[in-house]
Amino acid sequence: MLSKRIIPCLDLKDGRVVKGVNFVGLRDAGDPVETAKLYNACGADEIVFLDITASYRGGLPMRETIAQASEQIFLPLTVGGGMRTVEDFKNMLACGADKIAVNSAAIENPSLITEAAMRFGRQCVVLAVDVKRNEEGRYDVYLNGGRIKTELDALDWILQAEHLGAGEILLTSMDRDGTKSGYDIAFTRKVADTVNIPVIASGGAGSMKDFYDVLTDGKADAALAASLFHFGIVDVRDLKRYLSGRGVSVRLEEL
Amino acid sequence: MIGIIDYGMGNTRSVQKAIEFLGERAEISGKISALDKCSRLILPGVGSFGAGIENLRAARLAEYILSRVHDTPVLGICLGMQFLLDASEEAGKHAGLGLIGGTSTRFTAGKIPHMGWNSVYGLKSPLFNGIGDGAQFYFVHSYRAKVTADTIAVSDYYGEFSAAIGCGNAYGVQFHPEKSGEAGLCLLKNFMRL
Repeated sequence: MLSKRIIPCLDLKDGRVVKGVNFVGLRDAGDPVETAKLYNACGADEIVFLDITASYRGGLPMRETIAQASEQIFLPLTVGGGMRTVEDFKNMLACGADKIAVNSAAIENPSLITEAAMRFGRQCVVLAVDVKRNEEGRYDVYLNGGRIKTELDALDWILQAEHLGAGEILLTSMDRDGTKSGYDIAFTRKVADTVNIPVIASGGAGSMKDFYDVLTDGKADAALAASLFHFGIVDVRDLKRYLSGRGVSVRLEEL
Repeated sequence: MIGIIDYGMGNTRSVQKAIEFLGERAEISGKISALDKCSRLILPGVGSFGAGIENLRAARLAEYILSRVHDTPVLGICLGMQFLLDASEEAGKHAGLGLIGGTSTRFTAGKIPHMGWNSVYGLKSPLFNGIGDGAQFYFVHSYRAKVTADTIAVSDYYGEFSAAIGCGNAYGVQFHPEKSGEAGLCLLKNFMRL
């Protein structure tokens, strides 16, 4: 049976791991490669490296970090932040990344999704979507780490991206991000029911039960968290034992 | 030295990094002169079957693999495993290397590709020494081969399929050992000791 995945996310700024509450007030939580190795040892199923400076500064992505990480960590590695062209995909995959998450660049140029999927396979192309609930109860898509509201309806955009060739959806609730009040279960379920590709839930994890809820009620294929893991509030190993004990199929470490 | 066959497709660097992590040297090459110096061959693969097998044939690597396999262990990974089979039904019908019987066909249910960690069982090969029944490996694929007498590990995604196959010196794994943590490294180590 296919397991539900637990994915720590490393938000990188200037080569260091940071995580801000609602993307402001960044705190330093260490060296990315060492942090990733720690998660590998704890049984993380995949690791996401997100360059949070890249999308609005146009800074170079962390190729060096990925090259080093992929020499020591034999798990799927996803890279996001500032990836704008098929050439960016190629370079980052050559450094050892397995998947590339695109957000702003895909909105500005949707054909990037198709071009990258045709060239590298759709499993490489993760569409990252930052969403916020509006007064009508629908969800708007935001750009640049939640700084800019677009005219896109989240569900429409996600469906369009699937048709264009996205292989996975990384869905971040900007309302919940950093609040530790739990994932947005209802909208995650809505997305998971709408698309036929895996959905990674992100934003709002505060307890082990939040993971359970989004992986069961929320129908997510994977759950992502950052600060919760970085600051040791939830341990990946404990979390997977907890989920397994409640009937959720997860990868435990035993060979 | 392990030879990682380069035919212009596939994540060859990750496989090389895993082999190097295990303390062995690995050369990525599409040149027969370089591969001749290798005691084991790995055939990685990501992408489409038709384009991949065409590249292998055009570079004369298909016939080269067939000439080496009688005395050299060969490990196909993911699409590389599917190349070992008779044929694939991916985008039409394409002949494979025919080292192991079977045809790869597309999943007909569930989210496609089958992507993520899945358990493998029914392990029957030294490739799985030290790896317990039910161990999990990382899969990313849309086509799969059914279970036959040459199946050496089974997995289940809307029905059972071959997670690994083996016949003589030809071995294939549908999952990515280079992305499967400790279990994957253990399998690669076993391959290096065959």
